[in-house]
Amino acid sequence: MISRRSFCKKSLLIAGGLAIPFSALELFDPKRLLAEKDQKGARWVFLVDTEKCVGCGFCVQGCKIENEIPYDANVTRTWVERYVVTKDGKTHIDSPKGARDGFKTTEIDIGEGKFEPIRDDDIEKAFFVPKLCNQCDNPPCVQVCPVGATYQTADGVVLVDRQWCIGCGYCIMGCPYGVRFFHPVHHVAEKCNFCYHRITKGMQTACIDACAFGARRIGNLRDPEDPVTKIIMTERVNVLKEEYGTKPQVFYVGFSKEVK
Amino acid sequence: MKSHVWRPLFVVLAIVALVFAARKVLVPSDFGVGERGYMYGWHRPSNEQQWKDVKVKYRTAQHCKECHKDKYDEIKSSPHGNINCENCHGPGLGHPEDPKALDIDRSRELCTRCHLKLKYHGSGREKIRGIDPARHNPGLECVTCHWPHDPRKEGHNK
Repeated sequence: MISRRSFCKKSLLIAGGLAIPFSALELFDPKRLLAEKDQKGARWVFLVDTEKCVGCGFCVQGCKIENEIPYDANVTRTWVERYVVTKDGKTHIDSPKGARDGFKTTEIDIGEGKFEPIRDDDIEKAFFVPKLCNQCDNPPCVQVCPVGATYQTADGVVLVDRQWCIGCGYCIMGCPYGVRFFHPVHHVAEKCNFCYHRITKGMQTACIDACAFGARRIGNLRDPEDPVTKIIMTERVNVLKEEYGTKPQVFYVGFSKEVK
Repeated sequence: MKSHVWRPLFVVLAIVALVFAARKVLVPSDFGVGERGYMYGWHRPSNEQQWKDVKVKYRTAQHCKECHKDKYDEIKSSPHGNINCENCHGPGLGHPEDPKALDIDRSRELCTRCHLKLKYHGSGREKIRGIDPARHNPGLECVTCHWPHDPRKEGHNK
């Protein structure tokens, strides 16, 4: 018969003994410590200056053609939103076709082919906000993928494996920024990937090349000398939906509280 | 013990073996945990290369400059110098091998992307000279009177 004292001692010993190897592995993995110490390569981040954006939509057009998103399908990897705040305190937001053709009228597109006219004198302030994938540090879209078809690369870009995606749509539901959609041709999840084929060749993204006003810029956060990194570190920038804890890596200059 | 007790165990073992065999065949050999760890890194590394191999369609103004230096210099020294060639001329992929590959957009809608007057206090749009397309010579192409490579000049043929 085992005594209570020795039972307690032995069970504690076993529990502790089982815990040690796991914690030891976690604490003293030299490979991992080394990898975290000197991270090489880039960490791509984006900087959007909403004060410079004029809403021409050339970025959307360039993105759709560069990345072969069917031109007339109402889906796009990046889009531009128009915010018109009127003197009665209302905020009017639209983005017809993602602003692929810019904004053709002063009227606000309220959907179903209807437009709401706004008089110039009623406008308190108005501005444009380009949106694209935030390449979050905690990407919820990657976490929910049941098959490992979407993932984050070492340089921070979230990609989708078109051959491996089963089209369940969890990631499209999971993204709080609504940047994902089904590709009308490939029938898999699709998203902005900072033009991965261009940035890895040392080029700019298609939307940056298309922007005539310098409203969009890309940078490497691991390079302290990078001009974009300097702005993010030393100037007043903001991110979208910080409260979700996704750690978005697209930074905005000239943010307004109306922006959602 | 009797065999009817063991039999279900064999069935279960066979199913497990089948799952492992199927996994071996179906899952790509390089599939595994990448640099971003268990939560964000599960993937097929060869897919990264597939994305890098996507064809570049917009070849940038620097590419156009190699042959059309005169045009490049003209626009870059004009008030339109901030606009890149391919915004209006279309992506340069396939040019100059196939001259028809370039699809030049001369429409009014292209110009009004920026030059439709929007009195938006707080955005750069306010500072751009704009028109009301319904009143400013409707039906005429802008290039009839304005030379896009240098808006200070007049007419399509300068």
